[in-house]
Amino acid sequence: MLGISEKTKIEMLKKLIEIRRFEEKAIQLYKTGKIWGYLHPCIGQEAVPVGACHAIGIQDYVISNHRGHGHCIARGADIRKMMAELFGKSTGYCKGRGGSMHIVDMELKILGENGIVGGGIPISVGAGLSCKMEGKGNVVVCFFGDGAANNGVFHESLNMAAIFKLPVIYICENNMYAISMRSADSVSCKDVGKRNCAYGIPGHIIDGSDPVEVYNAVKKAAGHARDGRGPSLIEAKTYRFYGHHPNDPAEYREKEEVEYYTSEKDPVANFKSRLLEEKIITEERIERIESEVDKKIKGAVTFAEKSPEPELEKFLEEVEQI
Amino acid sequence: MREIQYREAIREAIIEEMDRDRKVFLIGEDVGVYGGAFKAYKGLLDKYGPDRVINTPISETAIIGAGIGAALTGYRPIVEIMFIDFAALAMDQIANQAAKIHFMSGGRLNVPLVIRTQGGVGKGLATQHSQSLEAWFYHIPGLKVVMPATSYDVKGLLKTAIRDNSPVMFIEHKMTYPVKGAVPEEEYTIPFGKADIKRKGEDITIFAYSNMVLKSIEAAEELEREGISCEVVDPRTIVPLDIDEVINSVKKTGRLIIVSEACRRGSVASDISARVTERVFEYLKAPVKIVAGLDTPIPYNSTLEWASIPQKSDIIKAVKELLEEIL
Ligand SMILES: Cc1ncc(C[n+]2csc(CCOP(=O)(O)OP(=O)(O)O)c2C)c(N)n1
Repeated sequence: MLGISEKTKIEMLKKLIEIRRFEEKAIQLYKTGKIWGYLHPCIGQEAVPVGACHAIGIQDYVISNHRGHGHCIARGADIRKMMAELFGKSTGYCKGRGGSMHIVDMELKILGENGIVGGGIPISVGAGLSCKMEGKGNVVVCFFGDGAANNGVFHESLNMAAIFKLPVIYICENNMYAISMRSADSVSCKDVGKRNCAYGIPGHIIDGSDPVEVYNAVKKAAGHARDGRGPSLIEAKTYRFYGHHPNDPAEYREKEEVEYYTSEKDPVANFKSRLLEEKIITEERIERIESEVDKKIKGAVTFAEKSPEPELEKFLEEVEQI
Repeated sequence: MREIQYREAIREAIIEEMDRDRKVFLIGEDVGVYGGAFKAYKGLLDKYGPDRVINTPISETAIIGAGIGAALTGYRPIVEIMFIDFAALAMDQIANQAAKIHFMSGGRLNVPLVIRTQGGVGKGLATQHSQSLEAWFYHIPGLKVVMPATSYDVKGLLKTAIRDNSPVMFIEHKMTYPVKGAVPEEEYTIPFGKADIKRKGEDITIFAYSNMVLKSIEAAEELEREGISCEVVDPRTIVPLDIDEVINSVKKTGRLIIVSEACRRGSVASDISARVTERVFEYLKAPVKIVAGLDTPIPYNSTLEWASIPQKSDIIKAVKELLEEIL
């Protein structure tokens, strides 16, 4: 854990807990019909966004996907505005027009989640170009799943980013499934992270349940990018603890597999134990953090519930102009 | 007659055709153990095995290409694109390849390919999962476009699509899957280019396809109680289009409303309006009226979403307005 301050580690733990609790609340609200549409919780994968977002600066860009709440929260998004968006309220990040899959925050340089699998990958090329042209040493972190890595856009984008030496960090969150399709069956060379050879760029295959491993890999890739040496590809091996969405019982997975990952590879529980072992934190402090997070989430739900609906008239007026 | 869900009717059609012809197979994302995103394929993997029910990576271009290549070499693939929105990723294969091959080979090659997909609003899925994009395919010569509204139609038309020698865009609506409708036990097919009068009427013609047929029927039922008699014409396939059936109806009623969930700009509805007006202008007692989706991306919020596409009340209002208009 060289180079990460105790303070940062505690910040990371806070974010891990915040993402976990946010997603648990969202699922609960989904099941009671308060929120609807598509919801893709990232429970089990929290360490990837947390490690990555702590390894980059506030001027760097983040590109997300359909399972993007973790990316947004790790980046520091306002969970009140996120929750309001899930409620479809006018105070939400997209004024209630986008829902769970379209959260965007330009102040935090989050260029957006995406409902199209792989939709953000080509956009990273343009963001990378603009960082390169600006010459301020900023980088782009582009998150996507193992499923997205099998779309043609992955190849076009990584090749282009590589030939132009763009400062982009491609982070594949391999949670072993794309809906029901196992990545073991869909990725011909088994590890997405090995595809770096095809583009002549660095590749890192890491344990995505460990925020420190993620942090270190992203730091390294960011340094490489800031030095003008181009993109890197990181494959973070991870697991989604639940179904693709709250209505998916995920019957396509073996019980033993689910049990193994949820008990052995829980990024939140493991990081807690680790910080306790390292005596960086106490049980009491963790409890305090948890109750603070719960309070924050409760506040976000109240904010969302009390927020006004978007005005129909205003929407119709805008449509006239489209 | 027994009533079955739209999604069950699809499943029956696929089973009957796969049993009839070993060249028919299914390929797409999550068509295997998952049974399809809308559960139309339940049990098919067990029944036919992974050689005929083929799960693919998320590779829309290659999925369509796989269908075209297999079709050119003797198979009859049913290819699934989970949401019509994702067809955007595969447009070269659909528009420049599948649609053109028959023509460009001087008619020597056929592409007997069914692209099953679904579109439309109704589940809060927001802008990239709710579009009605049939106009894209309607616009491309070389494709057939099927838009069935009922269990009966979806079964009969899917069987015809599988047997057809051209590429067929088979576009379902996400809200119709659970809807039940009468479907006979006996085998049947429905020819392309044959409209169906879903409801007979005298005062006004309502032209609608896909889910808007169901909304138009509801509107017509309500109007009936007020003494207004609407004829609901469902083309079922928009390419080929049974324009004569629409014309006959308009000749009788003198009034036409076209209902379209798709946004109005560049829509199929606009084209139908032009075609009918060209042919039977002298029969029209009022201008053709289009009730269409707003020219907007579809919002998540349910009130805004609801307002983005025609509802029963919009159809009723349009009918009444049109009946008051005199040329
Ligand atoms: C182009 C496209 N194809 C298909 C889908 C439907 N879909 C949504 S999420 C998903 C699985 C994505 O898998 P992955 O990229 O591994 O991310 P994960 O859901 O596992 O986080 C699929 C097939 C889509 N949204 N966009």
